[in-house]
Amino acid sequence: MSDVLVLDAVSKAFGALRVTDGVSLAVPRGQALGIIGPNGAGKSTLFNLITGNLMPDSGRVVLLDQDVTRLPAMTRVRMGVGRSFQIPQPFEGLTVFENLLTAAAFGRGLPEGQVAEDCAAILDRIGLLARANQLAGSLTLLDRKRLELGRAMATRPELLLLDEIAGGLTEAECRTLSDTIRALHGQGVTIIWIEHVLHALISVVERLLVLDFGRVIAQGSPDAVMASKEVREIYLGIEA
Amino acid sequence: MQAYVTTRTRASTIAGIAAIGLVALAVAAPAFVSRIVIQDLFFILTMLMLAQLWNLIAGYGGMVSVGQQAFVGIGAYAMFGGVLLWGWDPVPAIILGGLAALALSVPMAFFAFRLQGAYFAIGTWVVAEVTRLLVAQWRALGGGTGTSLPRQVTADIWGVDWVADLFGVREAAARDILAYWLALALCILTIAAIYWLLRSRTGLALASVRDNDEAARSVGVDPRRVKWLVFLAAGFATGLVGALVYMQTARISPDAAFSVTTWTAYVIFIVVIGGIGRLEGPVLGVLVFWGLQTAFASYGSWYLFALGIIAIVVMLFAPRGLWGLLADRTGLALFPVQRRLILPDKKA
Repeated sequence: MSDVLVLDAVSKAFGALRVTDGVSLAVPRGQALGIIGPNGAGKSTLFNLITGNLMPDSGRVVLLDQDVTRLPAMTRVRMGVGRSFQIPQPFEGLTVFENLLTAAAFGRGLPEGQVAEDCAAILDRIGLLARANQLAGSLTLLDRKRLELGRAMATRPELLLLDEIAGGLTEAECRTLSDTIRALHGQGVTIIWIEHVLHALISVVERLLVLDFGRVIAQGSPDAVMASKEVREIYLGIEA
Repeated sequence: MQAYVTTRTRASTIAGIAAIGLVALAVAAPAFVSRIVIQDLFFILTMLMLAQLWNLIAGYGGMVSVGQQAFVGIGAYAMFGGVLLWGWDPVPAIILGGLAALALSVPMAFFAFRLQGAYFAIGTWVVAEVTRLLVAQWRALGGGTGTSLPRQVTADIWGVDWVADLFGVREAAARDILAYWLALALCILTIAAIYWLLRSRTGLALASVRDNDEAARSVGVDPRRVKWLVFLAAGFATGLVGALVYMQTARISPDAAFSVTTWTAYVIFIVVIGGIGRLEGPVLGVLVFWGLQTAFASYGSWYLFALGIIAIVVMLFAPRGLWGLLADRTGLALFPVQRRLILPDKKA
């Protein structure tokens, strides 16, 4: 009951390549889980399996005690899964505000009028209020990343999946974003965050999971995981 | 925070008032303009409707169909069928045309939605051609050579007598006026319905699916549902237009009713010239198209050649059309759909 997400031996292959290889995982309500791993380890694929953008070849995905393995992405959003994309995918022909409005209205199944205030509040929080009426296609990279986060927040998710949201940002920008994510976590939102910017990730998450070749090779508290020799070799390269 | 959301602009308020005046003028037009002008206005209104409907599915929905002539043709033929085979009056038979087009749009969507981009376009064209070939086998409606509505039918159309008495004109002119009024009503209804749709929640869904299908699904939008909805609605309305056009001409043939040039190429020209993805675009585009046709129609194939060159030039130098050019310079929007967040205290 207390697990928001349970993966049970989930596997996915693209041709002969097993991108997700028997991953089992349980995420308790309110936890912030970080996922790290080298490029091509299958992190984004794992996200797509959780959100329903991809269907697994075998295994089960259980969300809020309900088996969602065969349910499409849009149904899972309405159940409370919000996500950001690694490469920002804004609705470019819509304004920043309309991007959030779409997510809030459809993600929560409410009329526009009931979610407009909330969208404005989210824009204020992520620092995009001044650009609310600007077309999303005209945003800079940082603002696109902010919009990704804001749009995912607008669906008011119980489980928020963040895919390399801090990548390519400056130190200060990264800190602002981490603060926002920490605040969300403080409100009880369960978070799974894929990130290469380790210090940002570790400043928020309480549990870390390492993926390599589609398999979970280590998990535990961030300190313990980062201290393990295996992880240092595989993920950070062999160090002296 | 006392924020509120609006789509209204000053230009849209003025445009709204001007539109009411324009509609009143258009309704009264048969009292003071000649039959030729009424026929021109009928042509403009019907092409405007087709352009708005194509703009809805292609410009807003991202579905570039080259098969809209299928709906015009089947709508027209169903209307003829209703009149010649079952003895309906042509005016209610127009509804039959819409329903036939709706029925055809289901299998067309079923096949074409499996295809993407250029393949979608070709798929719709193929379905349209197959429909034309099938209809050309329909002997009762003249087969490949087509047929006409008999005089006793056209003389007895609902309302024609009344219009003839009202303006003191002959039956043929009264039929033109009746068709013009129907086109005017249908055109207002079409534009109002599209405008309403775009301002509704579905409008946001449509735009999000056009911009990014995967991201749309990830915020809870069902792309298939919105695509089906607009494709079927556009099919139905295109069928109504087809039936209305052929009620006015009273003569039909498969090659004319299913003409890809007239019902799709010209329509795409109007939308591209005027500005795709905005309601104002087709309005401007149809006027340009009508002007060109009136000025150059006597030059035969050179006219088509000129249309092609103009379309290419506009696509290269004003990819968002003439209205796009104007709107980018002035920020003008007569039918605004953008939801703008207004904050009273700008935190100056």
